[in-house]
Amino acid sequence: MDEKEKLFNSGVLVAPRKGAVRPPEDLWRKKKNGLVIIECPQRIPCNPCHTSCPTGAVKPFKDINDQPEIDYEKCTGCANCVAVCPGLACFVVDLTWGDEDQALMKIPYEMLPIPSEGEIVECLDREGKAITRGKVIKVLEPLRDRTRVVHVEVPKSLVMEVRAIKVVKQS
Amino acid sequence: MIRVRQTEVLVIGGGPAGLSAALEAASLGCQVILVDGDLALGGQLIKQTHKFFGSKDERAGTRGFKISEILLKELKNHRDRVKVHINCTATGIYKEDGVVSCVIGEEEYFRIKPERIVMATGAQERLIPFPNNHLPGVYGAGAVQTLMNVYGVIPGKRVLMVGAGNIGLIVSYQLIQAGVEIAGIVEAMDKVGGYWVHAAKVRRLGVPIFLRHTIKEALGDRVVTGALIQEIDDRFQPVGREKKIDADIICMAVGLTPTCELLWQAGCEMIYVPQLCGHVALRDQFMRTSLPHVWVAGDAAGIEEATAAMVEGRIAGLDAARSLGKGDKEDLTERLEDLQKRLGDLRGGEVGQKICQGLACCSIQGWGA
Repeated sequence: MDEKEKLFNSGVLVAPRKGAVRPPEDLWRKKKNGLVIIECPQRIPCNPCHTSCPTGAVKPFKDINDQPEIDYEKCTGCANCVAVCPGLACFVVDLTWGDEDQALMKIPYEMLPIPSEGEIVECLDREGKAITRGKVIKVLEPLRDRTRVVHVEVPKSLVMEVRAIKVVKQS
Repeated sequence: MIRVRQTEVLVIGGGPAGLSAALEAASLGCQVILVDGDLALGGQLIKQTHKFFGSKDERAGTRGFKISEILLKELKNHRDRVKVHINCTATGIYKEDGVVSCVIGEEEYFRIKPERIVMATGAQERLIPFPNNHLPGVYGAGAVQTLMNVYGVIPGKRVLMVGAGNIGLIVSYQLIQAGVEIAGIVEAMDKVGGYWVHAAKVRRLGVPIFLRHTIKEALGDRVVTGALIQEIDDRFQPVGREKKIDADIICMAVGLTPTCELLWQAGCEMIYVPQLCGHVALRDQFMRTSLPHVWVAGDAAGIEEATAAMVEGRIAGLDAARSLGKGDKEDLTERLEDLQKRLGDLRGGEVGQKICQGLACCSIQGWGA
């Protein structure tokens, strides 16, 4: 077993695969509000991303164990799936946000403390490494069930790396 | 002589399977007694703060303890037919006269003679032996969850988790939510046993998962101060250098085994099925055991997710009621078929494959007349 496979087997996505694909570049670059990235590479019995999708962008499942397939033309970046996914596996990335080199990510968050708007937080990669800092733009609780969807501004170059945020203690 | 209580259906265990069975039996008009050894109904559900998987039918996206609240509310609608005893252990079942003995607390003893029984006794944790595992600070994952999520007490400051099945992964995540640091998760297999997305959740918070590793010993004089872990090879033999991990808690999440004592005592035909994690009762497609008046559901029937336990419970409850002549025959057939289909769907994934292999060993196509 090589290192990459070992990393994947421990829960770190190392390359796109079924159920964990990258949105089409052209559409993504100009889609206001962003497109969803779902990282759900294993067949498990779960479908709320589909049933919660208001536009049908997450295609119907033939079998509840199917991995999500996305019709990116239909995705509006609403982040309903970000809020509902029990696996916290959905993220929305808006490349039209802010300056040329910036992007907005909508990330699920279930930790304490809750960041406030305007706060600077650490942005973590898939292994928990703090790779950049980002400004919190908005904190929503769409389903009123304590899963927050945090909108955070990150460098455009890191949207395929950042997958979590961490609130840093103000000194 | 204490009077023997009578009931149509006795459900033993008030977790997801037992609650579901009691609900369905009561909804068809059965008189039901539900006994549970704990101080509150809900079983393991009340400790589950994460959102459940599944579909809308299984309340996917709802946190476990909320699901428990929903089931209890439903049960209240049938309170005229369901008698609940908490803090009540079913201590024995007697073949001779079909009586089940129960004790509330340590004092109040009584007997029940039910017409039908649904065994939803759940599971017990397994532990693996290692030197110094007697030290204070070595916990089972169930105890950690109870302390944290039922009583609001954190067990320690820094935890080494043993086992990367769903329980090990979920409890690690919950510990982080409670402000506890996870030193790492040790897993003997070459990949996580739980859902990949649960692993990804803790990985992105910086938790290392040591695949193909085992715990060698707990360190500490009077309490746990750390542990030695070591890599293992294909035959589970230790290789390479030992690593020292600092931790004040070692949390064991190395699996569960069905609680089956009452099934044995009742005289159900039992079989050892490794994929279901222990001895389980042979059962037909409606969860009826080799004894025509005994059904089994949930983890007691084989270790699986709570979503499946709820569906099994509903099947067992409906079928037990049907055997008492309750309900509309056609309607019941339809509902049972629908539930069986849902159960099949839930088991269609990667983790479900193992369950299906196990079920093939203990499922009977109808017990005949």
